[in-house]
Amino acid sequence: MQLAAKHFKASASKALLDAQLQKALGNVEKGFIGKRQKAADALPEFDALRDNARDIKNHVLAHLDLYLEEYERNVVAAGGHVHWAETAEDARRIVLDICQKANARTVTKGKSMITEEIALNDHLTANGIEPVETDLGEYIIQLRGEYPSHIIAPAVHLNKDQVEGDFRRVHTHLPEGRDLSEPVALLSEAREVLRKRYFAADVGITGANFLIAETGTSVIVTNEGNGDLTQTLGKVHVVVASIEKIVPTLEDTAQILRVLARSATGQDMSVYTTFSTGPKRPDDPDGPGEYHVVLLDNGRSAMLGTEYQDMLRCIRCGACMNHCPVYHAVGGHAYGSVYPGPMGAVLTPSLNGIEETGQLPNASTFCGRCEAVCPMRIPLPKMMRHWREREFERNLTPLTSRYGIRAWAFFAKRPRLYRLAVSFGMPVLSLLGGKSRRLHSLPFAGGWTRHRDLPAPEGRTFLQEWAQREALKQGSGH
Amino acid sequence: MTSSETRVARQPRVGLFATCLVDLFRPSVGFASVKLLQDAGCEVHVPVAQTCCGQPTYNTGDRADTREIAEQVIEAFEGFDFIVAPSGSCAAMLKKHYPGLFKGNADWEDRAQRFSDKCHELVSFLADVMMVRDTGAALSARVTYHDSCSGLRELGVQQQPRKLLANVGGLELHEMKDSDVCCGFGGTFCVKYSDISNAIVTKKVGNIDASGADMLLAGDVGCLMNMAGKLKRLGSDVEVRHVAEVLAGMTDQPPIAGSGK
Repeated sequence: MQLAAKHFKASASKALLDAQLQKALGNVEKGFIGKRQKAADALPEFDALRDNARDIKNHVLAHLDLYLEEYERNVVAAGGHVHWAETAEDARRIVLDICQKANARTVTKGKSMITEEIALNDHLTANGIEPVETDLGEYIIQLRGEYPSHIIAPAVHLNKDQVEGDFRRVHTHLPEGRDLSEPVALLSEAREVLRKRYFAADVGITGANFLIAETGTSVIVTNEGNGDLTQTLGKVHVVVASIEKIVPTLEDTAQILRVLARSATGQDMSVYTTFSTGPKRPDDPDGPGEYHVVLLDNGRSAMLGTEYQDMLRCIRCGACMNHCPVYHAVGGHAYGSVYPGPMGAVLTPSLNGIEETGQLPNASTFCGRCEAVCPMRIPLPKMMRHWREREFERNLTPLTSRYGIRAWAFFAKRPRLYRLAVSFGMPVLSLLGGKSRRLHSLPFAGGWTRHRDLPAPEGRTFLQEWAQREALKQGSGH
Repeated sequence: MTSSETRVARQPRVGLFATCLVDLFRPSVGFASVKLLQDAGCEVHVPVAQTCCGQPTYNTGDRADTREIAEQVIEAFEGFDFIVAPSGSCAAMLKKHYPGLFKGNADWEDRAQRFSDKCHELVSFLADVMMVRDTGAALSARVTYHDSCSGLRELGVQQQPRKLLANVGGLELHEMKDSDVCCGFGGTFCVKYSDISNAIVTKKVGNIDASGADMLLAGDVGCLMNMAGKLKRLGSDVEVRHVAEVLAGMTDQPPIAGSGK
């Protein structure tokens, strides 16, 4: 996708006026928050598990080189291939190369944010290979020519009737009069259409939720079973994953799995948790003939040792955006980046640079709800603030904000001057409030008064009043 | 009062950090805070060298100015036994964020840490440190309480105001849906992202209305001004006040953005 993060404000304002979108966004709050809470409440050790998950990933990040090498050794030992991709371009080239060697005409894909990050579908299409998304949400947005608006629910910005319209538009081989009024009918139709594609596909591409160093295993968690069909029915299975997906052991994987689905959908476990180690062995009943892993860096190793390192703990559960009031208001597309919501506001500047993406870490009230629910305890608001600091240092902060804040600081650092200014200013503002005690509009305060009244100050400041009372007490010999 | 004889030998000396919004817009919250602290047995001081806690600069990424403001606050307040602010977000700034500003400067970092250890949000200070159970106030009203984000998530202010409000004679608490969800204020966020802020506060105001309460309380004047401004723009009659005003029994001032009865 084209990075459009610098248009965030305009996109957000448009999203706020989009009635269809607003209706669909209601499902984010209804669908995720209560379920996560219920799952967390049902597990007394949930918070201890979060601490544990955080510690596992911190350990990995401190020794990432060693675990990556161990992982590579074990993939190779199981008969697989590991490809190192420093950039998105490298990864695209490697995947295309594998597909071409397999003479692939169509490839099926399990849901994967990494392949979104490297814009793989466009690259395959441009080279004459048809990618077929098999996750229901991904399939729907592929039909629409869109990109995911949520990292685990890519089509959450759509309503059922929109999907029905798309299916009728595209599935023209099916009877026109068929009943698609129930969601399950849509699901069955997609399943039927996709089933044929699995068998026709030459290559299956998936992401990975975990890469296990001790066994060379990749793990995906899904709810539809499409990932399993994608990776076992093709002749070649390609896993595209970023380097921070590494965990040391199977035991560590099990630990983090306990917080992943609970935080994401409120399930104890996803319906499918699939472990893949190497290609089909002689005694295996099925499996791919070849097994490739493309390990993507794309800016991540540069985050190690910086104040953004904690972001590499992220397991892509989506809890941060599910609980974000800004995401609830504008949806994922407004962010103009592959990764929306709070995790995207930190990760996108790391991957794409702050110059074009500065809007994202600024568009937060710092309410802290994302950090409060993050299973990996990533301090998201703190890191968004660090991005604002990088902007400020490099004079990238918009001038009105910059001058405004410097002016405030000038007075705030000079208490006497500040007292003088406010002792005149506040009574005037108070008078402007009139009998209603509020202002409907005020020059230079349009950002506030466009949508709400400004409460008038009471009059003199607290410190003025306090000083006077104290003086009176002294005077009366108190 | 003889109760002071049963307390510690010396009254705790409290520096009241009024916060800029209370100082400039809502002095009655300052006086309510003084009364609550004095009733709880504190000796209250209001240093004149106070302006702002530094959040606006801090959250805009201006670390250098924030550090200078923090030094000024620490110098003015570090001599007190406790520093108390009638705001969750300003208290969290003092308590949770000041030491980090001085990373790499061991002297100041230590000094900031000692200062931060003594900082508290008003209502949790009354309930958790001064062990106040009943402020002796009475008010016949149906109120709903909004949990301001920083106080709730950075300082754990949640049960304290509710317990104290439960002992205000005649007061009924009607919880709103999603009382712990942001009101959309967010400091400069509400003017920088005015449309998004509006969408968030509109949802909040809907929940306030649906609670059936006739008075909205919270512990942060910023959030209160945002919610009051929206309620009034929409023509609502809900009265908006800082929780300290009610706990201190000082509701004679007109409510925020309202002309009173």
